Amino acid sequence: MEVFLQQLINGLTLGSIYGLIAIGYTMVFGIIGMVNFAHGDVFMVSAFIGLICVLLLTTVLGMSSIFLILAITLVVAMLFTSLVSWTIERVAYRPLRGSFRLAPMISAIGMSIFLSNFVQVAQGPRNKPLPPMVPDVIVLMERNGYQVTLAYKQLIIMAVTALLLVGFWWLVQKTPLGRAQRACEQDRKMAALLGVNVDRTISLTFVIGAALAAVAGVMYLMYYGVVNFADGFVPGVKAFTAAVLGGIGSLPGAVLGGLLIGLIETLWSAYFSIEYKDVAAFSILVLVLIFMPQGLLGRPDVEKV
Amino acid sequence: MSAPAETTEAPAPARASEPRGAPLLSVAGVKTYYGKIIALKGVDLEVNEGEIVTLIGANGAGKSTLMMTICGSPQAREGRIVFDGRDITRMATHDIMRLRIAQSPEGRRIFARMTVYENLQMGAAIDGNAHFDADLERMFELFPRLKERINQRGGTLSGGEQQMLAIARALMSRPRLLLLDEPSLGLAPLVVRQIFEVIRDLNASEGLTVFLVEQNAYHALKLAHRGYVLVNGLITLSGTGRELLERPEVKAAYLEGGR
Ligand SMILES: Nc1ncnc2c1ncn2[C@@H]1O[C@H](COP(=O)(O)OP(=O)(O)OP(=O)(O)O)[C@@H](O)[C@H]1O
Ligand SMILES: [Mg+2]
Repeated sequence: MEVFLQQLINGLTLGSIYGLIAIGYTMVFGIIGMVNFAHGDVFMVSAFIGLICVLLLTTVLGMSSIFLILAITLVVAMLFTSLVSWTIERVAYRPLRGSFRLAPMISAIGMSIFLSNFVQVAQGPRNKPLPPMVPDVIVLMERNGYQVTLAYKQLIIMAVTALLLVGFWWLVQKTPLGRAQRACEQDRKMAALLGVNVDRTISLTFVIGAALAAVAGVMYLMYYGVVNFADGFVPGVKAFTAAVLGGIGSLPGAVLGGLLIGLIETLWSAYFSIEYKDVAAFSILVLVLIFMPQGLLGRPDVEKV
Repeated sequence: MSAPAETTEAPAPARASEPRGAPLLSVAGVKTYYGKIIALKGVDLEVNEGEIVTLIGANGAGKSTLMMTICGSPQAREGRIVFDGRDITRMATHDIMRLRIAQSPEGRRIFARMTVYENLQMGAAIDGNAHFDADLERMFELFPRLKERINQRGGTLSGGEQQMLAIARALMSRPRLLLLDEPSLGLAPLVVRQIFEVIRDLNASEGLTVFLVEQNAYHALKLAHRGYVLVNGLITLSGTGRELLERPEVKAAYLEGGR
């Protein structure tokens, strides 16, 4: 019971990070029907931007307020990561839009390799550590010598994620911008006929996805305290799995899928085998693709065509 | 059938820009291709401010292509399209629409996963929904059905309701030129009449300029001030609605037994 509770907390934390990344996959897929294979690496880049920012703030500027550091780092990472993703879309995807369907995805694989290699060369191949940022924990309960704890950083991750999702939901559902985004997702040609600048809306989608991934990247860095140039791949594929599990194209699906993948991974590690946790996650991808290709919250097909 | 023919001779009230005498829309020598296939082979036509102009033609003649070419999607490969004195031939679609051209396109293209309300909001998007509430009331007067369905998803509306929504959505931008691609397609005669009446009323009361594509040639030509016949990507005939209705070629090809 205690173990379960602890893994629940850990799983939801990890799941929040996956969910934030998954939104970027699902939005881009929704609007232009491509899997942005570089998105995982964009996430990794954001963690590096976060790392550099934290180090600058603490060592060069000598800042000590952890919340201020975190807030500034989040903003900086979101800005720079958005810029990276915006640029990638402009130079590597947009010129291929009229081309055959696989062309932008191949380009995306290229961008993925480019980003991880670039970071490997620029930052070195080894793990980059960060001094522990928020070490405190809250002991929720203690029984038979087993403590169930909620670390402050877990609390921060879940709270920031929840807050961000509320804001993001409002943006997509209630603002003209979000409406234009959804219109493009459903019928780009018609959206253009209503005066929507489709190219700009697609750019915006990449920017929003990257900003959310950047928050995930900073959270990841804070949570694990290290980051490595190869760290884009596995979390990236897991977040993609989350998007597929939730129903690709569905925003609530991406979040739900992320939380589920996070939970499955931690529970599997606790009860079965930690070595096979990735196998478990990817087996789910295969099973979902076979038995439930539309995912948990995939589009209901009540519409006329 | 009430008598629409009487109104056809007299153009609707003149608008500010009419004294210039230049047409609101002029299409000259326009050629449009789909890849290597040519769909428009050099189309010339004009639409004056305050007019209803009808384009008729067989399936595959290029009517929808012409409507979309005016909106820059696809762009004309040759020729010139001028709207209100501006060359729009090479402009991006969204910029063209921002000049207040609105289209209710072939197939209606309602946003299926948006509510009726949101679809109408999209229609008003170009001016930041500034007149939204007033215009919404107007749409409810024109199409009371939409009011009942306001929170329903577009994809679950009936065909006729979708058509009404498509026209209302186009009107929400307060267009200077309204392009309608087969608004009567698949609708019951009563609904067709209702939609044609709305078009006539808007034209008569507000001077709305309408360019209309129709299979329903008899009614559409009766409604129109002028008309064109498109055959295989070329305009073969033009004239007032009444003239065209009298032409034997039109009678033979587009009007069954005089209707
Ligand atoms: N996207 C496309 N790609 C290739 N050819 C096309 C495309 N759209 C239309 N065409 C071709 O261009 C020609 C004109 O088509 P268009 O849709 O403009 O005809 P239409 O007059 O609107 O016909 P209908 O009355 O059936 O709606 C047709 O031969 C059609 O097959
Ligand atoms: Mg057509």
